Order: sequence, then C-alpha cells, then structure tokens
Amino acid sequence: MQPVCPLSAIPRGEAFRWDVEPPVAIFHTEDGEVFAIDDTCTHQDASLADGWLEGCEVECPLHASRFDLRTGKVDAPPAKKPVRTHGVEVIDGVVHVGLSDEEPNLPPSMATNNEAK
Amino acid sequence: MKRTIAIVGASLAGLSAARALRDQSYDGTIIAIGAERHEPYDRPPLSKDFLTGAMAAADLALGAPDEDLDVQWRLGVPAVRLSAADRSITLADGDEIRVDGVIVATGSRARPLPGTGGLEGVHTLRTLDDAIALRSDLTAGRRLVVIGAGFIGAEVASSARSLDLDVTVVEALPTPLAGALGVEMGAICAGLHADHGVRLLTGVGVARLAGSSRVEAVELADGTRLPADVVVVGIGAQPNVEWLANSGLEIAGGVVTDATGATNLPGVVATGDCAVSYRPYTGASVRNEHWTHALEHPATAVATLLGSATAPRRPGSDVPYFWSDQYGVRIQFAGHREEGDPVRVVEGDPDQRSFLAVYERDGRPVAVLGLNQPRLFTRWRRQLRTPDQAALSAS
Ligand SMILES: Cc1cc2nc3c(=O)[nH]c(=O)nc-3n(C[C@H](O)[C@H](O)[C@H](O)COP(=O)(O)OP(=O)(O)OC[C@H]3O[C@@H](n4cnc5c(N)ncnc54)[C@H](O)[C@@H]3O)c2cc1C
Ligand code: FES
Repeated sequence: MQPVCPLSAIPRGEAFRWDVEPPVAIFHTEDGEVFAIDDTCTHQDASLADGWLEGCEVECPLHASRFDLRTGKVDAPPAKKPVRTHGVEVIDGVVHVGLSDEEPNLPPSMATNNEAK
Repeated sequence: MKRTIAIVGASLAGLSAARALRDQSYDGTIIAIGAERHEPYDRPPLSKDFLTGAMAAADLALGAPDEDLDVQWRLGVPAVRLSAADRSITLADGDEIRVDGVIVATGSRARPLPGTGGLEGVHTLRTLDDAIALRSDLTAGRRLVVIGAGFIGAEVASSARSLDLDVTVVEALPTPLAGALGVEMGAICAGLHADHGVRLLTGVGVARLAGSSRVEAVELADGTRLPADVVVVGIGAQPNVEWLANSGLEIAGGVVTDATGATNLPGVVATGDCAVSYRPYTGASVRNEHWTHALEHPATAVATLLGSATAPRRPGSDVPYFWSDQYGVRIQFAGHREEGDPVRVVEGDPDQRSFLAVYERDGRPVAVLGLNQPRLFTRWRRQLRTPDQAALSAS
C-alpha cells in the first residue's frame, strides 16, 4: 500500500487522478466510500477521473461506457473490457492504494503506442 | 410461429438495435442485412487513429468476442427493395425475405464532388475499405489537398499532418464549422490547422480537379492551382434511402420518423444516420449524424417496434452530443445552437486551445463546447435539459 493523498483533498462526488504508469483514478463517492480503478478507459484514450460519478459507477467522459467501481466491470458499450480495480485503505485520513498486479486493459491505440516505444 | 425481424444496415445503429431486441426480451429470429462485407465496426477512428496506424482493423470491431446475440448476418449484400404490402425485403442477390418487422438503419455515405470520378488519388472517407485505400496513399512528403473543412476533413488533415504530408484544406464557407459551432467558435477550431502547419483557404470553391489518370492539382474558382498528389473530398454525407423508393415510406432528406423512431408505416422503424427524427431538445426534425445517437436511439426504436415499455431514459439523454479529435485537441459539443445564440468562454483560454464555452438563449444555457476540457465539459453537459424538463425540475 502506498500513500497517495489526504482524503480531504477529494470532495465527495469527485475523483483524483494519480499519476502512476498507467494512471489510477481514485473516487470518493457521495456515500463516502473510496475506490481506485485504472484511470484510462479500455475503449480509447480518456481519463475516467474526468467522467461522471453516479453511485458506484463512473461514466466515461468520451463515449459514456459505464464502469462499476467495485468490480471494474463495464456495463454499457462501446468499451468491452473491464478496468482493473486496486486495493484502497484510508489510514489516518490518508488514502493508501495497493496496485493490482494484473495486466491492465489499455485501449488499442495506446497499447500499440507502447509496443512501438 | 416464430417472429422474424430484419435489421437493414449492419453498423453501429444496426448492432445497437440487435442488442436492444435481445435486451427487450425479443426471442424471435433476427436477420441483419449489411451492404458491407465487414462485421459491424466503428467509423470514428477511420479518420483518426486508424488513419495514422495507431489502431488496426481488428481494433475497430463493435461486437464483443463473447457476445451471442443469435443474429443471422447477411453481409456483403445490400437490400434493394422494401415492399410494405407483404413486408418483404429483396436483396441484391435476388433473395426475398418475409419479415414481421423492419428496422431501417442504412446510415449515410460520403457525398461525392460532382465530376471527380475516375481520377486516381481522389478519395472520400466513409467505410473501412475507403480508409484502407486512403491510408496506403498517405505517404510522407506527399501533397494532400482536403476539400471541405468539416469535422471529417479536419481530422483527415490532422492525421495526414502527423504522417508528415504537406496539407492544404479548402473550404467554400468563409468560416469552417460555422453551421455546427457558430462563426466565433468555428474560427477558433479552424485555427488549429495553422497551429500545426496546415494551410487553410476559406471562402473559395473548387472549380475542377486536374490530371489525366492520377490527380495532379485542385483548381479553385478564383484561379488558384494547388498541386496535389492525393485529394480527400469531405463535403458531407447523404442518407442511404434510395432502396426504399416505392416502399411507401415517407422520405424527406432521410426516413422521416417521430422521436420514437416510428415511421408512417406500421411495423417499420428507422434509426441512426439514415433517419430524420423529431428531437424534443432541438424542437425540430433533424438527421442526427452522430455516433452517440446511433448508439442510443435504436433502443427507443426497438421499443416502438415491439410495443415494449422501456425504463424512462435519464433526464438529459435527449441532448445531442458529438466529439472530434484534431491535432491532439479533444473537441466536445453538446446541445443545440441556433443562429444568434450568444456564446461566451466561461473557463480556460481559446489561445491555449483549452477552454469551455457556453451558448445561451433567453439567458439559459442551450449548448456547450469544450476543447481539451473533458471534466468540466461533462459537468456542463449534464446540466443541459429540454425546456419542459428544465421547467419540471425547477418547479
Ligand atoms: C470517418 C468518420 C469519422 C467520424 N467521426 C465521428 C466522431 O468523431 N464523432 C461522432 O459523433 N461521429 C463521428 N462519425 C459519425 C458516426 O460514425 C455515424 O454517426 C455512425 O456511424 C452512424 O451509424 P449508422 O449505423 O446509423 O450508419 P452507418 O455507420 O453509416 O452504417 C450504415 C450501414 O448500412 C449499410 N447499408 C447502406 N445501405 C444498405 C442497404 N441498402 N442494404 C444493406 N445495408 C446497407 C452501409 O453499408 C453501412 O454499413 C464519423 C463518421 C465517419 C465516416
Ligand atoms: S473512451 Fe471511454 S467509452 Fe470511449
């Protein structure tokens, strides 16, 4: 688990984009829960931290695929693959994230870019 | 006996209709007829990441690998006739299919520039095959002239520039994108071309294309001659509705439907780019030529066809939306602007190509434009409502 930021830095209903590789989005829901998922949509290059948070789902800001923050599963097309979820714990008011060791489902345009590098 | 529903047009609207049929518990036969030989694929990347090579054809698939919709696909054969009297569809190979319901989703095609047929090196861009042909012509160092500075023309210019072509864009209107975005914002977006070393010539029409077998130059109405190795014509799209002539369907610049996709014929609905549908948000009938409409509206058309009750759509889902990616700038627009609606920048700086602008009518926001502002844009987009919905939630 790595410390990321104080929970007070993420108001309820908002998200924080943590600049790791690949980036992680941390959501603080209206109900006060905290979740961490991969920030990059699995469809194309969009940041889910910029999306619309509703309950435990975030809607991609570009083409409106919805991802479940608890499972990473996608509920609406065009995205087909889930995002990874990461472990989160709030310790003494600080958000800690334990990164998943699964392979991320990066969108095709970015996956090819990475191979070319 | 099992019911049969035919979906004509196997692209985004057609696939979304097949999904909606199964979602809405239809268990009869589905036949999807598509003129292209490809399974449903996504068009927006054709002018963007597919053209630059960042995405491959396999990445464009719209269907999910594990998706089983139990659809009989008839790909590579266009439908040539719809007979309303006995509800039958005739295919180009002579086959005749009797059906109980029809979903018309034949989309649109690129409008050709009259008198430019037959010259090598001249392209339009609508299909995967078009994009493959264009991509193989976009070699670094070549001179590309794009005719039309609409969204697709601008995206092609941007992709070609990133592949190191020498690019000129010619636009007949004084300001590109003025119809969609208004003159002020159209001019700002058009400024992206110059930012990236692309010449933009406006307010001038094309007189003719010169060349014997391969195109050599584009000659403009004012006498300018633009040498060209490759030409892309991006002057809009027209609906694929000729096959419906004599079907009895009302056609006026597309298949005419109400907001729910119902046509003047029972048992026939239309959706996506081919339909001219009434849209409460705009208060008018328009052909919605955008991806999100073709993704979402088919569920409504299917409910109309099946007579099923669907969950009420979330407030604001009627608000039109589209995006465009040019020169690394993400352009997003939601709502509907009319001539004379004042627009003001509420955040960011147009010179930095990162800002949010709001269009108003009678002091109420009616549309919002964002350049590289996805987060703020999403929040503003959510606030747009059709006028009566706005009144309801205010009371
Ligand atoms: C290059 C490009 C870039 C785009 N970029 C964007 C973007 O960035 N943002 C955005 O919002 N929108 C964009 N769009 C628009 C978006 O792709 C369309 O709105 C969407 O594809 C419409 O879907 P549709 O299924 O209604 O029609 P279409 O995608 O046009 O599909 C219709 C299908 O029906 C088939 N057909 C036609 N006639 C017949 C017949 N008689 N029988 C059988 N089949 C038939 C056609 O071959 C085609 O496969 C772009 C379009 C293009 C071409
Ligand atoms: S980028 Fe997220 S749905 Fe397309």
